[in-house]
Amino acid sequence: MLLDVQNLTTRFHTHDGEVCAVNNINFSVEAGECLGVVGESGSGKTQAFLSIMGLLAKNGSADGQVYFDGRQILGLSGNELNNLRGVEFSMIFQDPMTSLNPFMRISRQMTEVLSEHQGLSEKDAVKRSLDLLDLVGIPEAKKRFSMYPHEFSGGMRQRVMIAMALLCEPKLLIADEPTTALDVTVQAQILELIARLGSELNMATVLITHDLGVIAGLSDRVMVMYGGRIVEKAPVRDLFKQPQHPYSKGLLESMPRVDDSNNKSLYTIPGQPPDLQALPLGCAFIPRCEHAFAPCENQVPDLVKISSDRFKACHLEELP
Amino acid sequence: MLSYALRRLGSAIPTLFIIITVAFFMMRLAPGGPFDREKQLPPEIEANILKAYNLDKPIHLQYLDYMKNILRGDFGPSYKYLDFTVNDLILTGFPVSMRLGLYAITIAIVIGVTAGTIAALKQNSLFDYLVMGVAMTGIAIPNFVMAPLLALVFGVYLSILPVAGWGGGAFKYQILPVITLALPQVAYIARLTRGSMVEIMNSNFIRTARAKGLSEKIVVVRHALRGGLLPVVSYLGPATAAVITGSVVIESIFDVPGIGRYFVNGALNRDYPVVMGVVIFYAILIIVLNLIVDLVYGFFDPRVKVE
Repeated sequence: MLLDVQNLTTRFHTHDGEVCAVNNINFSVEAGECLGVVGESGSGKTQAFLSIMGLLAKNGSADGQVYFDGRQILGLSGNELNNLRGVEFSMIFQDPMTSLNPFMRISRQMTEVLSEHQGLSEKDAVKRSLDLLDLVGIPEAKKRFSMYPHEFSGGMRQRVMIAMALLCEPKLLIADEPTTALDVTVQAQILELIARLGSELNMATVLITHDLGVIAGLSDRVMVMYGGRIVEKAPVRDLFKQPQHPYSKGLLESMPRVDDSNNKSLYTIPGQPPDLQALPLGCAFIPRCEHAFAPCENQVPDLVKISSDRFKACHLEELP
Repeated sequence: MLSYALRRLGSAIPTLFIIITVAFFMMRLAPGGPFDREKQLPPEIEANILKAYNLDKPIHLQYLDYMKNILRGDFGPSYKYLDFTVNDLILTGFPVSMRLGLYAITIAIVIGVTAGTIAALKQNSLFDYLVMGVAMTGIAIPNFVMAPLLALVFGVYLSILPVAGWGGGAFKYQILPVITLALPQVAYIARLTRGSMVEIMNSNFIRTARAKGLSEKIVVVRHALRGGLLPVVSYLGPATAAVITGSVVIESIFDVPGIGRYFVNGALNRDYPVVMGVVIFYAILIIVLNLIVDLVYGFFDPRVKVE
């Protein structure tokens, strides 16, 4: 197991009191696999991985255990984490427009990673950076190397972000909604790139998204999050074929389908994402769930194993 | 970039023309004249003096004469400092004012940026509140209050610095004027730096820099500071002009022989050419400083193309 997360809980201290963004979640990532993480805004998917990276906002704190390659990394000091971040695991973000430093040339933003972590000379760092830019498919990398981020298009910037994240050959790449801010046509290219690099470099990838379509083609396993908890974990095929949690099912049904013959309007899950400061006593999905019954009211369902590689957190025996 | 600078200077000419014209007529609108005395001069003598200084002609002709002269770079004679031309006064006074101003702005940048940055990094800490509290006070107290206060404390009570005077430009005579000049600027720059650094430190690209595993020092100094200082850079043009011209009051209080003092005395004595000369000189100074800031801005922010 490359990444093993146990009982991870992330809290934020706000003026209105404490908010629990991630609530006692357990999951793992195997070396080389691609894990998809799906959920609406506020489901805790991004905060869970920012906790692992040690990149929470100042008012946030995380509890639990996170083992990377067998080593507990949650709660390490900034200096200790800096030996791992960008080296053993990297993260790329949603908005490539603002995620690159607008005041710095791409060249510097890339080579500084290598000189900081591997002590490479300027010349070697430049060579390695150019190799990576080639790898992620930036045409005329040499010419563009000394440009500033604003001289790149959105898709190209995300490619630069990916190249930058891969400089030290990390074992894990966490991609937080890497295509959300991009044109639809560019989205597919970037996803394809991430998938290709994952298998070529034998690197595990975590793909955080709110778009199940993104997950379908790329990940091996999917983890669905709702209200700060994991509600379902399954191999991607099984989830698409037979979702076991009403929320997963709702997500699948609200995806537009090209092959849908009858002109009925698109399904939406009724209601709003939960308010993390006022979660129901029982299951967080209860106000939006058509199958809710008595036990859901006052008991949060545990994430239980339902077959060798499937888990769900629902009181229903089986989804009708 | 050179052609941009030249174009900018060219476009400043109409501005300058308007400033000169307005200043010229406003000066004449002020009651009293340069040669009014408590004791009335005999009319023949007064007529002679007015004739000598070209003040007997109708005002529009005086204006045309004045414009012709300044086009030749001649700001005329001073009415009060006999045997001195305005050019002489500016040339002897300006180096003094500029020296005080540059000292003050340098101190303001160093202390203001440092304090503002630390306050931003330790947001909502005791240090932050302290710096911002002191800064607020520094901005709120006007220099004509601060100057006598400092003179009183350091000059009279503690007797470690001269109360006023210049002493031929000796170091100890410059300390209080420079501090008085620098204080509000330190305060303003500290607040400016803090505000923009707080914003930058919460930006996405700083999160990226951290995700790359860069040390906190590199994150702050290399990644955050450059963007964080942009508002300070834009402020420096007006600020530098302000500390050089702002010494008008301070120079009078501390009796410093800069151009500010000539300006105040000139205004009080209706010494028209001196006031006009200093106004024009300050106007040019501000125009040039703003141009320099815009050029430097292009260097700080690559998204801005100076062309």
